[in-house]
Amino acid sequence: MRRKRTREFTTWNLLTVVCFSFFAFFFLYPLFKMIIGGIYSDGKFNFASYAKFFSSRYYMSAVANSFKIALMSTTLSIITGTTFAMIMRHFKIKGKKLIDILLLVSTITPPFLGGYSWILLGGRVGYVTKFLNNLFGVQLPGIYGYWGIVFTFVVSSTATMYMYISGALKNLDSSLVEAAENLGCTGFRKIWKIYLPLILPTILSTALLSFMRAFADFGTAELIGEGYHVLGGLIYSSYLGEVYRDSAMASALSSITLFFTAMIFMLQRYVATRKNVEMSSLHPIEQKPAKGIKGFLAHAYIYLMTTLTILPILTVTYNSFQKTAGQVFVDGQYSLESYAKAFDRMGKAIGRTYIFGLCALALILIIGIITSYANVRHRSMITKTVDTLTFFPFIVPGAVLGIATILAFNGKPFYLTGTYIIIIAIWVIRRLPYTIRSSTAVLHQIGPSVEEAAQSLGANGMHTFFKVTLPVMFAGILPGALLSWVSCITELSSSLFVYTNKNMTMSIAIYTQILKGNMGIASAMSTILLLSAALVLGILFTASKGKLDFSL
Amino acid sequence: MSVTINIEHARKVYDKDNVVIPDLSAQIQPGEFFTLLGPSGCGKTTLLRMIAGFNTIEGGEIKFGDKVINNLPPYKRNIGMVFQNYAVFPHMTTRENVAFGLKEHKVREPELSKRVDDMLKMVQIEELADRIPSNMSGGQQQRIALARAIVINPDVLLMDEPLSNLDAKLRVEMRSVIRHIQQQAGITTVYVTHDQEEALAISDRIAVMNKGVIQQLDTPVNIYRHPSNLFVATFMGLTNVVDVDLNDKVATLTGSDYSVRFDKIKDECANGKAKLCVRPNDFRFEDSGLKGEVIERVFFGTIMDYTVKTDAGEMRVTGSVNDKLHNVGDTVYLRIESDVVNLFSNDEDGTSLMQE
Repeated sequence: MRRKRTREFTTWNLLTVVCFSFFAFFFLYPLFKMIIGGIYSDGKFNFASYAKFFSSRYYMSAVANSFKIALMSTTLSIITGTTFAMIMRHFKIKGKKLIDILLLVSTITPPFLGGYSWILLGGRVGYVTKFLNNLFGVQLPGIYGYWGIVFTFVVSSTATMYMYISGALKNLDSSLVEAAENLGCTGFRKIWKIYLPLILPTILSTALLSFMRAFADFGTAELIGEGYHVLGGLIYSSYLGEVYRDSAMASALSSITLFFTAMIFMLQRYVATRKNVEMSSLHPIEQKPAKGIKGFLAHAYIYLMTTLTILPILTVTYNSFQKTAGQVFVDGQYSLESYAKAFDRMGKAIGRTYIFGLCALALILIIGIITSYANVRHRSMITKTVDTLTFFPFIVPGAVLGIATILAFNGKPFYLTGTYIIIIAIWVIRRLPYTIRSSTAVLHQIGPSVEEAAQSLGANGMHTFFKVTLPVMFAGILPGALLSWVSCITELSSSLFVYTNKNMTMSIAIYTQILKGNMGIASAMSTILLLSAALVLGILFTASKGKLDFSL
Repeated sequence: MSVTINIEHARKVYDKDNVVIPDLSAQIQPGEFFTLLGPSGCGKTTLLRMIAGFNTIEGGEIKFGDKVINNLPPYKRNIGMVFQNYAVFPHMTTRENVAFGLKEHKVREPELSKRVDDMLKMVQIEELADRIPSNMSGGQQQRIALARAIVINPDVLLMDEPLSNLDAKLRVEMRSVIRHIQQQAGITTVYVTHDQEEALAISDRIAVMNKGVIQQLDTPVNIYRHPSNLFVATFMGLTNVVDVDLNDKVATLTGSDYSVRFDKIKDECANGKAKLCVRPNDFRFEDSGLKGEVIERVFFGTIMDYTVKTDAGEMRVTGSVNDKLHNVGDTVYLRIESDVVNLFSNDEDGTSLMQE
């Protein structure tokens, strides 16, 4: 509505364009090149890859498999996560604080790490399998294949689901529930008629998150799927496979994946905007002590889910202290050997990961703050377009971004594969949508009047921005930024495509060590990675006095 | 320090064709407490923000003294502004908040601390000086905002509904704080509100606005007693609007046989149809007059609010609780105090028919 004086207006437009050129170079250009690459090769249009895709049962079944996994694991985790959140909101569960911390830590575990530790636990020779086999004298096959993958995803998504949904439940005013009860609506009807519609928007957006993660994942399927092929795996093997290298096919597959995720995203938005509700709570629902059979069941469920969720972390940590002989762990003997080896062989990767993470974080903050500020306070066609475009990485799966990036930067005119820049850029691109959204939300919350107050007191545009806007904003976007750092350093699916030994990060190192069978080193490195991530979360949790709220 | 604000043919247009203020002129005297009063959407905040520099001006001029400030950025206008939501800097202590403007104006120690301390004392928040404002009450935050705006010795103090987020009791208290401090500092002040009672209590002069046009600009007493048109009359509190037939300055309430003589009516308007505005306390209960039946009554402590059904329509009438009380169903006779009520023309403008 308000037009600012032209000079300032131009400054912010200019800054937006500068930020945007980074984004365009590392995201739009590769993506464009990838889409073109699938239909245009050797100087002419060539639809061979698409023809091959649509005529081959092998490829089509991979799409079906990915959908089956994503749908099933999302549906199940909606159920487990919502149940978890409802119980935690309604009952006084013993050890709630500890559970919250454990779950928060579990959300930083990359899914592939979950897959890996579930093999250690429930695989053919896993601890649990062996235990059950000995107990019942049977020969269990272990959790491989479709259900193995689904199980891993459900377990890892439940915590995320719980955290976002409990954020929404916290905003649900107890008087709404009391009003419903007063009108004779109780029990399951109450849950169905009051709770679910009110938390539905949150459920939908969290579901989208978990769907995207499961749909395009390949690390987990690769490890635990045992030949159950999925779209992500196909993309990976078509480009980096041992047998042959077909970049046109990789492009086509990525474009198709992208098409599906975009459709799913639009479907979700279509439903979500129709079901949107506004809530703000004066009296959150009070937790009641859990007694009797109900209380027992509630506690049993919470403890079971929490145990499942953190079991991968515990396994990995335990293994890291075990003595290894070749590639097997020696039962009952402990040493720090794995750590020594990890530091010896991968020391550089560890340091590098932190430095990359900090660089990425700085860039994310700068770009995120500039684009959101320009768009909220100095809105123009340019800033609006940039704001819309910067949201796209959200719907681009990691593997697709990885393929796009390597296709664009693996040769003339930009040879960037294997450089520091490319890893950092990929991380920035992947996290940017989140930071821009959160700082936009923060800016709307602050409102323009503090800035106007500063101006009326004699502060010019720059003074106002640096002395008032930025400090006030910073507190609001810092938690999100720290979470971004955590997800950067655990990122695998994109960076796996562009790494060489020169820019290998911790999660790539872990993945490659797992594939090589060096479980000891992998465990030690995972422990270091998780510990540093947990440390950051711990600081965040303490700083926010345990009131860390999640919303989307 | 105080200046005259001259608004000459100011014009505000949003999005090319949405005219919010077509052509507005007013002169605000040095040291005056000037209030813009009107319903939401009448353009009062828009005008204030034009003076502050947060809205562009599409036509005419706004001058501080002789200086045209149309294209001066807000930070060069030397204004103090108080916002509806306080807009206290949440990351600074009370003292830092108040010192902010002084630092921007390059005021150095020891003057800086002295002025901040004096100001904190003036608005009575010395004991909160080193606290962060986030957990303070609305009243305390608004005191900080006020101190912060005044400490820089602004030429003009602008206030945008500063009391509307406070509860009723605090609103009355802060009203006198604001008035008191404004008088002490003697700053030309423009105050925006939609609350007519607040405007009457605090202002030297009031401009009643509607649809971007000043309907009446006068002292609180004149605006209340002699509204220039029907809009102002109805906006300044609850009032009964009754159709009357005028015949040689005698108004007969349409539908009844009750009539009142008006001596102060303009001669040229002595005949024809008109609108009569009667506030609930402009009626007296008598033994004869406009006959009616009490159909509802509400007790307010010092007054009783009656709804009386008469041949000229339903009337809201207040009576003192110290007088005889009437019950629902009672037949009563109402008389109108002809020297305190006003007649308005029966057209769209509803202009006053009374002599100046």
